[in-house]
Amino acid sequence: MTNTNTEQLNQAGGTGSDDLVIDGVALASRLIMGTGGAPSLDGLGAALIASGTALTTVAMRRYSTAETGSLFQLLVDHGIRVLPNTAGCFTARDAVLTAELAREALETDWVKLEVIADEHTLLPDAVELVDATEQLVNRGFKVFAYTNDDPVLALRLENLGAAAVMPLGSPIGTGLGILNPHNIELIVSRASVPVVLDAGIGTASDAALAMELGCDAVLLATAVTRAQNPVLMGEAFKHAVKAGRMAAAAGRIPRREHALASSAMAGRAEFL
Amino acid sequence: MNITLNGTPHAVVDSASISMLVSQVTGRVLAANGQAADGARLGVAVAQNAQVVPRSQWSATALADGDDVELVTAVQGG
Repeated sequence: MTNTNTEQLNQAGGTGSDDLVIDGVALASRLIMGTGGAPSLDGLGAALIASGTALTTVAMRRYSTAETGSLFQLLVDHGIRVLPNTAGCFTARDAVLTAELAREALETDWVKLEVIADEHTLLPDAVELVDATEQLVNRGFKVFAYTNDDPVLALRLENLGAAAVMPLGSPIGTGLGILNPHNIELIVSRASVPVVLDAGIGTASDAALAMELGCDAVLLATAVTRAQNPVLMGEAFKHAVKAGRMAAAAGRIPRREHALASSAMAGRAEFL
Repeated sequence: MNITLNGTPHAVVDSASISMLVSQVTGRVLAANGQAADGARLGVAVAQNAQVVPRSQWSATALADGDDVELVTAVQGG
C-alpha cells in the first residue's frame, strides 16, 4: 500500500480528519440529510441526531401561523448547518427568486438548486438548471446543483461555477438506488468539485455503494424519514456512508471469472 | 388598505410598512434593522411584487394598496 493510500484509509477510518470541505467550509459528516416526509418535528430531530449529519436541507414555503415549532430553530439548536432548496420550482426565474428569499430568511448563500421538469418524474430540467446555475453564481450564491446522472451536464454545471454537483441515483422518493453506477463513476472521475449522490437512495447499502463509487457525500431524506424506524435508519446511514468511504479508500479486489483459493494448496495432508 | 398576502386578501392600516406587517403576522417584535428584538433568529423573508425586500429595508419600505406580498419561511423538504 502506498503512503497516499494509507493516509486516505486513516482519514476514512477516523484516525484523522476526513471532513467534507465545500466552499472552504469543513463538514464533519458526509451524510447530508433532507427533512421532507417526517411526520413530526420531534421525530425528525431524533433521526437527524442519530444520522450524525452536519448539513440538512429545508424547503421555503409560505409562512403559516398554524405551523407548530420551527424547523429552522431545531437545526440551529442542534448545530446543524442549513441548506435551503428550491424544491417545487419549474423555471430558472422561480428558482432564483426562491434562492433569494432563502438567503434573506436563513442568512446563508448556500442553496440546493432544484429545477424540476414535471411532477411525475421530478427529474431536473437541464436547460432551466443551467440557466439558474449561471444566474445564481453571478449573484454570489454557492450552488449545490441537483442534476441528472449525466456526466456532460455535471461538467457543464461545474464549469459554470457550481460549488458541488449532485447527480441523482434514481428519481426522488423512489428508493430504486443507483440505476447507472457507471455514469456516477464517470461524473466522479472528471469532477474537481465535490460530488454528492442525491435522490433515489432506498437503504443503507445504496449509500455505501455511492461512496464506493467515489462520491464525496450522500444526500437523502425519504429513506430515513419514511422508514419504519427513522432513528435506527438514520444511524444505519451514518455507518453506511463511513463504511463506503473506507472501502473506496481501501481499494477493492478485482472482479474475476473463476474462484481463487484463499488457502494454500501446498502442505495439505494426504489421505491414502 | 388591502394587499394580497401569501395568495389571500389581507387588510393593513394605510401607510403600513413591511416591518409592521411581518410583526403583525409572526407576532414577533422587530428592531429597526429587521432582526427580531428578542435576539432569536426570525427565519422569514419577504417578496413585494416579486422583488425580495432585504430585512434591513423592511421598516423603510411602505406597502401600497393592491401589493402582492409573499412571506416565506423554512419548512420540511428535500
